[in-house]
Amino acid sequence: MASRDDIKFLNNPNIGSSHRKYCRFKKFGIRHVDFKDPDFLLQFLNPQGKILPRRITGNSLKWQKEVAVAIKRARHLAILPYVTDLLK
Amino acid sequence: MRQYEVTFIVDPVLSGDEIKSTAKTYEDLLKNEDCSIVATDAHGLKPLTYTINKRNSGIYFTHEFQTPTGAVIPKLELALRRDERIMRFLTVKLDKYGIKFNDDKRNGRIGGKNSKSDSKEKTEKAAPAKSDDLTKIEGVGPKIADLLVKGGITSYTNLAKASVDFLKDILTKGGGSFASHDPTTWPKQSDLAAAGKWDELKTLQDDLDGGKVVSASEEE
Repeated sequence: MASRDDIKFLNNPNIGSSHRKYCRFKKFGIRHVDFKDPDFLLQFLNPQGKILPRRITGNSLKWQKEVAVAIKRARHLAILPYVTDLLK
Repeated sequence: MRQYEVTFIVDPVLSGDEIKSTAKTYEDLLKNEDCSIVATDAHGLKPLTYTINKRNSGIYFTHEFQTPTGAVIPKLELALRRDERIMRFLTVKLDKYGIKFNDDKRNGRIGGKNSKSDSKEKTEKAAPAKSDDLTKIEGVGPKIADLLVKGGITSYTNLAKASVDFLKDILTKGGGSFASHDPTTWPKQSDLAAAGKWDELKTLQDDLDGGKVVSASEEE
């Protein structure tokens, strides 16, 4: 007699219940993005140094804009690069 | 009262005095314009992520200051722009969250992740501290190792820093037979052990006999 675990379906009934993406600023109550902190900002850049879109990072609109502003300031001060290849 | 933050990069080829005086001129400029300086931060020499004026590194300074009006900002920026020793600058107005963030950062309240992992490291170090095998020190067997751990010496670094008198104290407190053991060489041995110099430790232990120094002529 096959147990419940042995039964597999073609369409997995558990699909779609992966963890909800959330805005980390809202969730953890972070109110300020410091442009002088490259390690924090690296989370929002891809390996080429480009800013990641909001649908990937999960940020709310307000915080995505704040992050973008901070990254651009850091780029101006040569704390982050405008363009690279091997950022991560 | 408005709070601003100005970050600027000073040319690294200048002498140390010139660099300090550059940072100081802007501090003085701000003070002369009736600004109260909240904090200055010298981040030091950092590499630039791209070349500016054919330089690959720069000295970063940050001044955080308060003024009643923003009238000083154009003067400050004009001076920064004209100064040839300054490669880049950026003035930012801080809102209340920015002010609080900078304040917390200065008082070490930020870096929550770091402090958590620090406390974890401490508890983890306290538990496997005994795994610093003190019996590797010649002259220290399992019973003496136990005595030392109870006396507060749990790692090679601890043993290295302990004075010989302190060690003798622990041995006498441990009981009659232990007092006869000579801990003179133990700190030296554990110094090498703490540094991981196992080869040197072995050479030293070959010279020792049960933890006591024997002169070379008596050895075969």
